[in-house]
Amino acid sequence: MTKDTLILGIETSCDETAVAIVKNGTEIISNVVASQIESHKRFGGVVPEIASRHHVEQITHVLEEAFKGSQVTWDEIDAIAVTEGPGLVGALLVGVNSAKALAFAKQKPLVGVHHIAGHIYANRLEKEFQFPLLALIVSGGHTELVLMREHGSYELIGETRDDAAGEAYDKVARMLNLPYPGGPHIDRLAEIGEETIDFPRAWLEDGSYDFSFSGLKSAVINKIHNAKQRGETLKNEDIAASFQASVVEVLTAKTLRAAKEYNVSQVIVAGGVAANKGLRKELKAAFGKTDIPLLIPNMKLCTDNAAMIAAAGTIAFEAGRRSGMDLNANASLLLK
Amino acid sequence: MNILAIDTSNQVLGVSLLKDDQIIGEIMTNLSKNHSVRLMPAIERLMGEVSLKPEELDKIVVAKGPGSYTGVRIGISTAKTMAWALNIPVVGVSSLEVLAYQGRFFNDYICPFFDARRGLVFTGLYKWKNNQLLNVLDENNLLMDDVLKKLEKEQKKVLFLSPDISVYKEAIHQSLGELAVIPEGPYHVPQAGHLGLAGMAKEVTSTHELTPNYLRLAEAEANWLKEQKDKENHG
Ligand SMILES: [Zn+2]
Repeated sequence: MTKDTLILGIETSCDETAVAIVKNGTEIISNVVASQIESHKRFGGVVPEIASRHHVEQITHVLEEAFKGSQVTWDEIDAIAVTEGPGLVGALLVGVNSAKALAFAKQKPLVGVHHIAGHIYANRLEKEFQFPLLALIVSGGHTELVLMREHGSYELIGETRDDAAGEAYDKVARMLNLPYPGGPHIDRLAEIGEETIDFPRAWLEDGSYDFSFSGLKSAVINKIHNAKQRGETLKNEDIAASFQASVVEVLTAKTLRAAKEYNVSQVIVAGGVAANKGLRKELKAAFGKTDIPLLIPNMKLCTDNAAMIAAAGTIAFEAGRRSGMDLNANASLLLK
Repeated sequence: MNILAIDTSNQVLGVSLLKDDQIIGEIMTNLSKNHSVRLMPAIERLMGEVSLKPEELDKIVVAKGPGSYTGVRIGISTAKTMAWALNIPVVGVSSLEVLAYQGRFFNDYICPFFDARRGLVFTGLYKWKNNQLLNVLDENNLLMDDVLKKLEKEQKKVLFLSPDISVYKEAIHQSLGELAVIPEGPYHVPQAGHLGLAGMAKEVTSTHELTPNYLRLAEAEANWLKEQKDKENHG
């Protein structure tokens, strides 16, 4: 029997301070997330400076919590994995410097992890990967299609050219005076509303797997303004339903087309927007007609957490990748 | 007693190792370079040079600001996580206090400060008495003009210490004349050895509770608080 690999993961790229311990990249030993959402709500969005301040206050609490119920000792930990980017630089810095301090104090290897690789590997905590696989990552900061032919190899085949899907959700939610974060509220309204407005779908040029949501966002703004000027009233539910239909249709269609073109064995959905009911439903319907298995992790693993960073870090660690004590936060790190 | 002192709160990167009250090694640069990239390699190198293993450390002292928010967080994240991992105490010391150590043999007021842009400074007043450093005016984020006006009234000698001394040298001389004491360059650079010394005398706080000494609310928070107040007054 080979020895288990235990990785401690740290994630602080946005507004969650998270630490987790993961065994063999597939089994969660502990997964602690301190969310700052209540603090940022009053500002209607994540304020980077406030996020960084909270991370410094929380980091050792969360570390301690991760070890508490785990029965894992430091001797058993093989390496420290930490999100090095992308994300908010000030927020990332807290995690990166804490991870380096741990790696030095406990003389453990250090592995920097790409946040998106983490989101993808969240799925491996529920089901083993089958390659080639296609991952759709949708969150407040990302809208990407990534092809993986083997562990640790990432080919970006499509990305947003402007706003991330989650960003568009937040902006539309703000126009509808919905509280932050707006995504779940739009999803809720969309469920009861009807698609009465024909918002544009940004297919971009033929064959492109890229996305664009700023045009859609502007169309929603214009529609609301024009209706107001004409004294018409639009139902928020219908705006939400129509907006969501546009986002979901493009995401689903491009994912399906890419899955077929690259003849993948698995499709994975990751990121906070993966929790969106409308998106889940459409994707399930579309892939239900194919024989390609679709994986969407449970809510807790969709949103930012450190188990996913430890899971992705396990692969990097096993491949011999190491970061030095000069590891830095990189707000615009590329997925390679 | 092996003490590691870390200062990344301003431009200076300072790492010092003390055995009781003796400095056994120190690394210091006064350059505008990335603290996040350079701090851990500096600690690792220095510990290697003096042949100390991490688990041989007994205490960590860190400069907790005021200063660059990011720089302060790099130092505090490193210090508190390392202290937590090694299960040793950690102490935060005001970055202004560290500077005031350069005036150890000055008998009147010491005014250490860091430039906080737009005429503002992070400052406080200190005084050495019976071998102890006393804080005689709370640290705050103030207009340098106001600080100087206040000091003018006192009609006492004041020692100014700051890496940003050049920004306010003229204003200080104009306002205080002969009463202002401004030493040469090296005195304006905080020393990590002094930080370690200052930390030795301080009460240890809980590792979890150690947070930066920002002296200023985040802008978004200040605006939000103002909004709430306005609402209260008008609603
Ligand atoms: Zn994320």
